[in-house]
Amino acid sequence: MGIEPRFEPGACVRVADRQPQGHCRTPFYLRGRNGEVISLAGRFHDPAQLAQHRPGLPKLTLYRVRFAHIGLDGRTTQNEIMADIYEDWLESAP
Amino acid sequence: MTSTRAMHDIGGLDLGPIDRSEHPRTLHELRVDAILILLTSPACGAFKVDALRRAIEEFSQVDYDHLPYYDRWLQALTNLLIEQHVLSRGEIDARVAAITAEAAHGH
Repeated sequence: MGIEPRFEPGACVRVADRQPQGHCRTPFYLRGRNGEVISLAGRFHDPAQLAQHRPGLPKLTLYRVRFAHIGLDGRTTQNEIMADIYEDWLESAP
Repeated sequence: MTSTRAMHDIGGLDLGPIDRSEHPRTLHELRVDAILILLTSPACGAFKVDALRRAIEEFSQVDYDHLPYYDRWLQALTNLLIEQHVLSRGEIDARVAAITAEAAHGH
């Protein structure tokens, strides 16, 4: 997690499917899902650290990621979901 | 899925329609909001709003399900003030008892 962003707009990414330790901004329903980086939202203090009164450094790059929308019936719809995901929750997707 | 869903992380569940009805803000709600803004302001910096979220996520399932929105804030910020050694549980209980006694005497 250096200063340089790991992903660029257009990159295919996968949200890590792991158990969060403490406070986590990555929603459960997106874990393990593939998406596309749309833009970089900036660099922000790590919310998991801030939640424990720690400084939140180094800052994390936050990405706006687009996902296919899956309805309550489990089927993909024509809609899409935009979510802001921190770099430490994203992996490269094939 | 190898992770488990936390109690607050309910996005995507079929829980029926959202109640979008509004009510006038109460004095209690405004006070809790003001307390949080003051405690998280740079000048005070008792804790970050991220810690408030974490403290709410640490509630029991019963508290999480049944506490009204601003009462979640109030309970969480109380827990954080004790955690950060700003106030002790004893100090809070003593002040509440004093205010309750004052109210009982018609002030």
